[in-house]
Amino acid sequence: MTGKPDLRGKGQLADKAFGGLAVGAAALVLLILALIAVTMTNRARPVLGHMGLDFFTSSTWSEHDNIFGALPFIWGTVYTAVIAVTLAVPVSLGVALFITQIAPVWLKRPLVYLIDLLAVVPSVVFGLWGVLMLAPHLNRSFLTAGIILAIMIVPIITSLAREVIETTAQADKEAAYALGATRWEMIMAAVIPHSKGGLVGAVMLGLGRAMGETIAAALVIGSSAQIALSPFKSGDSMPAVIANQWGEASDLQKSALIGLAVTLFVMTIVVNLIANRIVQRSMQKSRGA
Amino acid sequence: MQELVRALDLRPRRTWRGTKNMIMTVLLGGSVVVVAVPLVLVMVSVFAKGGSILFAHFPKFLTADIPPTRVAGPGMGPAIVGTLMITGMATLIAVPLGVMGAIYLHEYGGQSKFARLVRFMAMVMTGVPSIVMGLFIYVVWTLNFKLQGFGGALALACLMLPIVINASEQMLKLVPHSLREASYALGATKARTVLTIVLPAASSGIVSGSLLAVARAAGETAPLLFTIGATRVLNTSLFHGDDTALSARIFENAKEAVANAQERGWGAALALVLLTFTLTVIARVITAFATRRK
Repeated sequence: MTGKPDLRGKGQLADKAFGGLAVGAAALVLLILALIAVTMTNRARPVLGHMGLDFFTSSTWSEHDNIFGALPFIWGTVYTAVIAVTLAVPVSLGVALFITQIAPVWLKRPLVYLIDLLAVVPSVVFGLWGVLMLAPHLNRSFLTAGIILAIMIVPIITSLAREVIETTAQADKEAAYALGATRWEMIMAAVIPHSKGGLVGAVMLGLGRAMGETIAAALVIGSSAQIALSPFKSGDSMPAVIANQWGEASDLQKSALIGLAVTLFVMTIVVNLIANRIVQRSMQKSRGA
Repeated sequence: MQELVRALDLRPRRTWRGTKNMIMTVLLGGSVVVVAVPLVLVMVSVFAKGGSILFAHFPKFLTADIPPTRVAGPGMGPAIVGTLMITGMATLIAVPLGVMGAIYLHEYGGQSKFARLVRFMAMVMTGVPSIVMGLFIYVVWTLNFKLQGFGGALALACLMLPIVINASEQMLKLVPHSLREASYALGATKARTVLTIVLPAASSGIVSGSLLAVARAAGETAPLLFTIGATRVLNTSLFHGDDTALSARIFENAKEAVANAQERGWGAALALVLLTFTLTVIARVITAFATRRK
């Protein structure tokens, strides 16, 4: 008599190995993010040692004098992203409402494709168009960059807004109509209150995308390290300055540019996390209701 | 008599509420036009200006080496080969890993703490700006292995990974549980069930999701700036010497004040747009076929 019979199949080992591979692939995500944080912060240390906290607060960036203050670029990044969102939000909301509430059924799909098409155009093509066709009229400025970025974030805001709006309960909409509301009144009374949270989240995601967009901004923002309030002035944003200065950068300057990248990384993650929080909370609320 | 007709006019009177509704309807419709205008303008420029050089020198533009900046004439061959090879390699890296990751998330992890953490971090990773990914690969790869096409492929793969994971998990969710149970009842192991039952059932969705990620990656520029270098001649190796790509060439040519270079930039833009559109259309066709069959 041997002990218990061995009921395990032949594929047991392979089965375990496959499960292990799957876990490994999933863990890769964590590994990459951890590596990004560690290796890049490490590379940014020389400039932080050189500039101290002035790196974040100084408004002077002069590679000849080895002074690296990120403030103009942080300003440029936030400013262009805000311009982009301000331009993109009304339009995206309008398109999302048009597709979901107004457009006849046969028109919905072509419209969705149209918006998707916009998302497929590579950002460098928008940049090329911006610098050769738009900049001659508008100069290279915060506004030009904002316009190009707005075109690029319209698809993401629209598609998220559409998703949120489509979860509006049919009963709510019919109730509004039954009370004699016009379509616009129905939208304001039923659709918007229901979707508010999700829409705010969609806007935040658009903001995060606009902040990280490099190439189009690099071509049309004008590359000058100044903090200007006027949208018609030229400026620079973090991703744009990294792309434009990398080629001829000294070692310390490269460290400073990587420092900018780390700052950008942290800023976009914060914006995205807030956006995600808002979206998730509003989804839960709408499911509970 | 006329008094009576006027009193009996039962057509709804124009009210401010109705007018407002009409104004807003027009405005919402107008926003579609506002979105369509830049798309049309960009496309017209790309096709007109790009087409005039691409089709004037038809196949030569796609195969010839890139001439020096100031010289007129065609040539984007090395960039086209570079884009195809770098994006192809990125796909080979990111798609299997992404699908495996999704298999873990949906088939193994479920709602466990680790799976939820990975899901959350994949969401975070989707938001990492592409330029940060490029610098990251510069730091961990290019500094050790010099400029080469493979570095660019790694950067693009990092960008694609979370997209593929997310798209694949959504598709795995759609596979009915009864299929898995039938497979287990026949004595199949979990690995076998996933590979022979679940994946084939989700394959069309995974393929079209991945193609969309590939299309996005093919158009990326920022991650390539630090990783692949630049060259005007054909380089068929991803591991030796500088490489180039369409997106990188468009960026370089857009910065030049020379008309000859700008012209080539437009040509490259047309080639890149055609490539990404083709990938997107294939993805859509696959989705359409798969949904019709069911």
